[in-house]
Amino acid sequence: MRWLLLKDLQILRRSPLLVALLIVYPILIALLIGSALSRGPGNPSIAIFNEVPAEQRTFEVGGSSVNADEYLPQLSRSVDVVSAESREEAIRLVEQGRVLAAVILPPDIAEQLASGRRQPTIEVAYNGEDPVKQRYVESVVKARMADANAALTEKYEQVTLRYIDMLRDGGELTILGREVPILGLRDSRRILDSVIATLPRDAPERTALDQVNRFATLAIQNLGVSTDVLRSVGEPIAVRQTVIGGRRTPLDDYAIAVAAAVSLLFLTVLLAAGLLALEREEHAFSRLVRGLVSKLGLLAEKVGLAALCSLLVTLALLVGLGLFFVELDFARMPLWLAALALGSTAFAALGVALGGLAREVRAASLLAFLLSLPIAFLALVPAGSVSGWAADAIAVVCALFPFKATLQALDVALNDAPESFAAPLLHLAALTGLYVAIARLALRRFA
Amino acid sequence: MPNAGNNVAARGDRDAAAPPGRDAVPALAVAGLAKRYGERVALRDVSFEAGAGELVALTGPNGAGKTTLLSILAGIQPPDAGTVSRPPGEIGWVPQQPAVYSKLSVAENLRLFARLERVRDVDAAVRGMLEQTGLADRADDEVGRLSGGNRQRVNIAVGLLAAPPVLLLDEPSSSLDPRQRERLWEFIAALAARGTTVVYSTHNVQEAERHADRVLVLADGELLFCGTPAELEAAVDGEAAARGARDFETSFVRFLHERGH
Ligand SMILES: Nc1ncnc2c1ncn2[C@@H]1O[C@H](COP(=O)(O)OP(=O)(O)OP(=O)(O)O)[C@@H](O)[C@H]1O
Ligand SMILES: [Mg+2]
Repeated sequence: MRWLLLKDLQILRRSPLLVALLIVYPILIALLIGSALSRGPGNPSIAIFNEVPAEQRTFEVGGSSVNADEYLPQLSRSVDVVSAESREEAIRLVEQGRVLAAVILPPDIAEQLASGRRQPTIEVAYNGEDPVKQRYVESVVKARMADANAALTEKYEQVTLRYIDMLRDGGELTILGREVPILGLRDSRRILDSVIATLPRDAPERTALDQVNRFATLAIQNLGVSTDVLRSVGEPIAVRQTVIGGRRTPLDDYAIAVAAAVSLLFLTVLLAAGLLALEREEHAFSRLVRGLVSKLGLLAEKVGLAALCSLLVTLALLVGLGLFFVELDFARMPLWLAALALGSTAFAALGVALGGLAREVRAASLLAFLLSLPIAFLALVPAGSVSGWAADAIAVVCALFPFKATLQALDVALNDAPESFAAPLLHLAALTGLYVAIARLALRRFA
Repeated sequence: MPNAGNNVAARGDRDAAAPPGRDAVPALAVAGLAKRYGERVALRDVSFEAGAGELVALTGPNGAGKTTLLSILAGIQPPDAGTVSRPPGEIGWVPQQPAVYSKLSVAENLRLFARLERVRDVDAAVRGMLEQTGLADRADDEVGRLSGGNRQRVNIAVGLLAAPPVLLLDEPSSSLDPRQRERLWEFIAALAARGTTVVYSTHNVQEAERHADRVLVLADGELLFCGTPAELEAAVDGEAAARGARDFETSFVRFLHERGH
């Protein structure tokens, strides 16, 4: 078997174009898919529970009224809004995967906004199962919050600016229903100037009044600047986020796991299928299984070689990404290796099964492509975006083909996703056995 | 039964012995072989024996079951019934299409298969085979770049690496030009003279007549005839003469036709 392995390596070394294609193509696809995932999908739904009593939704800020309900329609421009009857219901909708996030408005939000002294907090709960959509909803909620914040800020600003203007220029203020005249800093300074002018040059009061005058000038100048300062002041509403269940992996990290899994998939399946079919195409198969190697030994050789080659390429891809583009925790390398090893072995087993069934290199490569694309695609379809039989079909595909399990294992290994590491690895080992058994059956009519 | 592990000694004995006779222990004995693919019967109760150094031609029309018979002898597929006296490990196999790696050189192919066959002195076996087949000057050429005839030589060389007492060849001459074909028969005759039992298939009944000690005629999976070329000629001519057939080939076709094939 060792000689067979060396022979295959020699053949690969003498097919540089094929090898280059085999390596470049999956990596390109992987990176494309990774970057495509960064773009958000269509309207996801979110649940909103508004604890604010209807009669309190309009509140006064410094004399002008704000209606909180005005901001909800803006939200539903980017997401489908489902209104929940209670906080519990909103959270349950998230847990069931019916909505991707729940937004909960606390009952005292109006009072807090009106008082302007305490920052009211809106609660947003995400479904973490699908990082792509989570990212999208996160950004939508944040964007709408920013809109609301901006609108409220403007209100506060107008009110504050009125006070500042009055402080500077004077005017009338309504206090307890009575109009009270306010002098203002400019007028105060003018009065001071005229008083100072009447004093003798060396009067001791003059020094003290000059100091007051300088303060007034400084205050007038700085109050002018404070308009801009106010505009840049932050958000009146803070958002507190919680993620319920599922994955917490942010998108970029997840995309790396996807890229690694995709390149592993294509490279391994194509290589294993091609190498096995080549034995038949060269008519060497019948010669080999006449006691030179057992059929299982031959399969083991192909699986081992394809898995090893693609593991090395994908590891190089990850190290390259980690060194130059993204932050990866190199201390977790043993976990990467475990995920890559079991994933590539399962893919290689799938590959030899395809190679055994197709029996020709071209047919095997075509079959490998035709099957790999939808397997990867279906495994990447976000949960909650399809329902009924389609969801069942996807679940079956994910269970029968090694892609989803590999992706999960890689996500845990690379990103410390809060999921089981052992479960996908066991799944992959079981699939390896299954596909080797299928390949062994296919070899019965291989010669 | 001759022992494969004791090959060289056995061969020496055979060289010293008189031309193989029917009473000697056969180098290869086949009894009651049967094979069917679904409904189609590919082989029906085929039995024959071949002595050491005997040259056996297997002939018959397309689909007669020649390849099926040879591949069962080679151990590539199991028969549905019947026995073969030798295990596949003691039988050399040269398939119709060259079963060698076209990306490897001639020497690399030979070395690979010698190692897989667990030949004791790999380098000596490879060198010997290169010389015997006249491929020494092409040793470092990729097999994919060789002519069909040379590729067939590599194919035969691989079948002979383990110095098997019995060699099977499936239509070895079909892809060769007349000159290459002559060289092939010389090579095979020399092999038989050194004691190797050779069983080959061919479409060409005249070739079978000329280059065989014994001819087997197979049609639709049945063994119609088993005897020396002279006996075959007698049987064919005996029937055909009355009908005025002009040459042996035509007579042979008639011979098959008479038996319902
Ligand atoms: N793998 C197979 N599956 C089904 N039928 C087969 C298979 N191999 C051979 N056969 C059938 O068995 C019969 C004998 O085939 P075989 O190849 O042994 O004939 P042959 O004498 O070698 O023919 P040819 O001279 O054309 O090479 C044919 O009818 C063929 O169709
Ligand atoms: Mg044939």
